[in-house]
Amino acid sequence: MSVLSALLVGVLFGLGLTISEMINPAKIIAFLDVAGSWDPSLLVVMASALAVSFVGYRIVLARRAPLFGAAFQLPTKTTIDRPLIVGSALFGVGWGLAGLCPGPAISAAALGKGEIYVFLIALIAGMLLKDGLAPKRA
Amino acid sequence: MDIAGFTPVSAAIGGGLIGAAAVLLMALNGRIAGVSGIVAGVMAPLRGEGGADFSWRLAFVAGLVLAPLLASLVKGEIIAIATPHPLWMMALGGLLVGYGTRLGSGCTSGHGVCGVARLSTRSFAATATFMAAAIVTVFIVNRILGF
Repeated sequence: MSVLSALLVGVLFGLGLTISEMINPAKIIAFLDVAGSWDPSLLVVMASALAVSFVGYRIVLARRAPLFGAAFQLPTKTTIDRPLIVGSALFGVGWGLAGLCPGPAISAAALGKGEIYVFLIALIAGMLLKDGLAPKRA
Repeated sequence: MDIAGFTPVSAAIGGGLIGAAAVLLMALNGRIAGVSGIVAGVMAPLRGEGGADFSWRLAFVAGLVLAPLLASLVKGEIIAIATPHPLWMMALGGLLVGYGTRLGSGCTSGHGVCGVARLSTRSFAATATFMAAAIVTVFIVNRILGF
């Protein structure tokens, strides 16, 4: 059941990205280009997503457990450390260069554009560069 | 401001669906809808890790790919997208997004939506940082270098 629910939620998430045009790098760059002909659409997407998730999380997390799992799995780290800031800054530079972040890039892969595949291959390479390919030794 | 390019209605509807998906993944699977973490998890078996979570993560990724295809079917044409920056920037961008989201423990979905919705200070810091870095990058690329 948790696999089927993840598939359906993935479709819903992807439809949100598609309808809001967040899968279009030109649209993202038009938002980030504040000194150009600025397109504030992404701000509306974020505000709308946050309004729903802020309220929704409060209702859901008041329950004891998820429907298809033993417990809610939430991040436990609370300190703002160097990896968080350096990593987020590197991510931001890449986001500005390509006009893509991970979710939209995966959805956009469905549309058969070569530039998207170049981005995705590099994305996976970047992740493996950080996480490693071989099993970690304890 | 590009009034012609501003699409507040579709942005609000799409954003609402993204928020609803984040809430549902928590309600059903008990998980944060952070795409960079989910994608990294799909690759974890390469290191002999994370076998138990592999299936739902792969299913979520498959759903992401399926969505624009469904939308294209309904619309009757392939959804049009454009990549304004040159190919080398797509490659370098991908590398930085991949490395940076792993180092920084999240991206626009995990930090920007889920984390901020949970009022996580780490996610507020991350979101402010990647937004600022992306805006400065586009300013340099588009306004100074003239791409």
